Amino acid sequence: MKRIGWAIALAAAWLTPAAAQAPASTPAATTAAQPTTPPPAGFAQDANKPDTATAAPAQEPVAASIPTVAPTPGVGEPDGRMMLQDQVTPIGREAAFFHDYWLLPLCAAISALVLILLLVALVRFRRGANPVPSRNSHNTTIEVIWTLVPVLILVAIAIPSIRLLRHTYSPPPADLTVKVTGHQWYWSYEYPDNGVSFDSYMLKEKNDPTRQANQRFRTPVDGPPLLAVDQRVVIPQGKVVKFIVTADDVIHSFAVPAFWIKQDANPGQLHEAWVKVDRPGVYFGQCSELCGARHGFMPIAVEVVPAAEFATWVASKGGHMGGAPPAAAAVATAAPAPANANVANQ
Amino acid sequence: MSTTADALHLKGHEAHEAEHHEDHKPSFFVRWFMSTNHKDIGTLYLVFAIFAGTLGGAISGIMRWELMEPGIQVLNHAWPIGAGTANFDEWTHHWNVLITAHALIMIFFTIMPAMMGGFGNWFVPLMIGAPDMAFPRMNNISFWLLVPAFMLLLGSTFVSGGTGLGAGTGWTLYAPLSTSGSSGPAVDMVIFSMHLAGASSILGAINFITTIFNMRAPGMTLHKMPLFVWSVLVTAFLLLLSLPVLAGAITMLLTDRNFGTAFFDASGGGNVVLYQHLFWFFGHPEVYIMIIPGFGMISQVVATFSRKPVFGYLGMAYAMVAIGVIGFVVWAHHMFTTGMSVDEKMYFTAATMIIAVPTGVKIFSWIATMWGGSITFETPMLFAIGFIFLFTIGGVTGVVLANGGVDTYMQDTYYVVAHFHYVLSLGAIFAIFAGFYYWFPKMSGRMYNELLGKLHFFIMFVGVNVIFFPMHFLGLDGMPRRIPDYTPAFAHWNYVATVGYMITIVGVAIFFINLFWSLAAGKKAPNNPWGEGATTLEWTLSSPPPFHQFSTLPRID
Repeated sequence: MKRIGWAIALAAAWLTPAAAQAPASTPAATTAAQPTTPPPAGFAQDANKPDTATAAPAQEPVAASIPTVAPTPGVGEPDGRMMLQDQVTPIGREAAFFHDYWLLPLCAAISALVLILLLVALVRFRRGANPVPSRNSHNTTIEVIWTLVPVLILVAIAIPSIRLLRHTYSPPPADLTVKVTGHQWYWSYEYPDNGVSFDSYMLKEKNDPTRQANQRFRTPVDGPPLLAVDQRVVIPQGKVVKFIVTADDVIHSFAVPAFWIKQDANPGQLHEAWVKVDRPGVYFGQCSELCGARHGFMPIAVEVVPAAEFATWVASKGGHMGGAPPAAAAVATAAPAPANANVANQ
Repeated sequence: MSTTADALHLKGHEAHEAEHHEDHKPSFFVRWFMSTNHKDIGTLYLVFAIFAGTLGGAISGIMRWELMEPGIQVLNHAWPIGAGTANFDEWTHHWNVLITAHALIMIFFTIMPAMMGGFGNWFVPLMIGAPDMAFPRMNNISFWLLVPAFMLLLGSTFVSGGTGLGAGTGWTLYAPLSTSGSSGPAVDMVIFSMHLAGASSILGAINFITTIFNMRAPGMTLHKMPLFVWSVLVTAFLLLLSLPVLAGAITMLLTDRNFGTAFFDASGGGNVVLYQHLFWFFGHPEVYIMIIPGFGMISQVVATFSRKPVFGYLGMAYAMVAIGVIGFVVWAHHMFTTGMSVDEKMYFTAATMIIAVPTGVKIFSWIATMWGGSITFETPMLFAIGFIFLFTIGGVTGVVLANGGVDTYMQDTYYVVAHFHYVLSLGAIFAIFAGFYYWFPKMSGRMYNELLGKLHFFIMFVGVNVIFFPMHFLGLDGMPRRIPDYTPAFAHWNYVATVGYMITIVGVAIFFINLFWSLAAGKKAPNNPWGEGATTLEWTLSSPPPFHQFSTLPRID
């Protein structure tokens, strides 16, 4: 298992710079527009430091954690429905289609068949209707049929299922790598090619007695209770993003239902999950492996923004774009246009 | 009494002496605390399982109460221990203790003792025409090992488990949460508890295998054994082969915790996923250990009340063997999100789905047994019919979860909780109730109250479905397992599930009223209350059977 983890990590290390270096013939309009994009208003506002334990780099603007994008109700968060959450990645759509239009109808059909056969047997062969039981206890034909037909049904399930696995495990070259580390009980995120890293804690309610006075409380724009976090992980829309997932104490699990990803965060191992999200918005998930007392209180919030805004966000976090060396990073931050172009056109 | 018996004994083996000796019961203490009689040990197991099941069910009541509404409203009160504490981590740690205790109690101290220890001990010797189990004293040890195991588990909730009192690791005891993640003696006590319960089951399994292979009455070939005996035989092999792996895995946990080894500690060169492989190599056969004896009981009940022999007897027997064999090579489908390679996932997806084939054979054979029969609807039959349908629902959701690519979404959500409660809570527990009502007249010598029995079934059938069906919706909507609080979007279906729990406890209360009323004042049961459909040997004996039966072995043609 560990060997596989390292193989994945090495592959990621190899893929990421390659992707970042992919040059682009730049449509001028896109790049020209970007420098004029005003930083979101919220960035300028001051806010309470979210959590004293947040180990943010000193140069990072404190206010950058105020969200600007409010989640859309019913997208990327639970809404009490009876079905899967709406999927926003190619794998998620394939898997949801497989579930909704193949597995679920089959399950319903098999359950209904068993129920109907049972009811027919119970009504037709109740003692009142059939006082003398037959002694029949063998019928080779029907036994062969009810062995082989399920086999065929299972083959019909296995083929799309194996195809889904193959697609899940054939990620396109990554445009961005995010390292995700699970801790008791918060997540930390690191953008190794962009020089950005931060911790992400659940936001407590305003009236929560355990909230310290200087802790920011949840507001509707942050997201639903127990899902909203103080600092969302931000990724660009339409880009292949590779999450390298690990943990530093016990096992956690990095899961975002709307992306159809769930990867256990194993201490001492690196594993990978990838997404390509085509819709901007905020998507919530929760730790999905029991990790101790506050297992239910370390949510995940991913904000998907257009590529240009992503560059702005990286800059606002004191990072740089496109895997540029630290020396170039300063330049990139000062003059964001080339950096933006790099990301926007990979 | 004993003097008379001794005197008679001296006279030698005369026919009337043997008759008399059959019902010679020892004094209370010797009979119940030093028992070597399979029926008495079976009774002890059943009483133990009912007691433990009540406790496990009460714990689930606390959990449903907490989950009824968003927020923490129960854990912060006087339950379970540490009243009045204001420490949020202790409240939520208590939650983890509750889920851990609920699972361990229900698995190791309710379902397994009831099915193997209770019904297995009572009816395997009766059904194969044997006077007792092969190793009566070992049988006694098997039971009495469970008692300290249970006390260790319950005692662990009074000592520190890290963030609070008790072991909050989940029943799977995943490292490193159960090693470096839980200081204090609670987890050690749970590990010892599992060791004792495991040793108890291994000894029991050896006993069953020896009994079934060597003590069948003349003419009772393997292919003439009742299906319940087949199911116990298969289960005994699963226990014998899987439990030593659990014992090894949790011993490694113990040394990691206390003696500085690093089997599951990455910083010492260990591997956290290794534990999961070892655990689930035991854990997956374990789920069949909990359901296969149920298959056997359902076969007996369906055949009896359809007044027909079981359809496709050999197919039924070898379907259980196949489920047992395949059950050993599918364990990693519990670990699809741990970061397995694509090849592993494809293999475990395909292998897991194959189990649906023999399971399907069983479901269809039960229906075919009813087909053409002359069915009456006594309480055991109602529970068997309920079992067949609900187990089918649990089975098809199992096929959904078998798909590695789909399990990415479902793993560790309430969909999984719904799935395994459909096969265990509604499958195994319904099978236990079917078996209990079926054999109650034989075991106690008194009939249960049919009206109360039917009421119990219908109320419980509605109740458990209202609890567990909405959990599919919660899982599809993304609600993770093992959380004490949730975002308000999940509130609706959680509320419904809690209402289902309230319905269910009414049903369970009726069961207890029926149980005590019938024991005290039930009608005397005839040798065979179920008529021509009940063809196995236990119905040829009196109700209750003599203290020692089959002094002259029955002959089967």
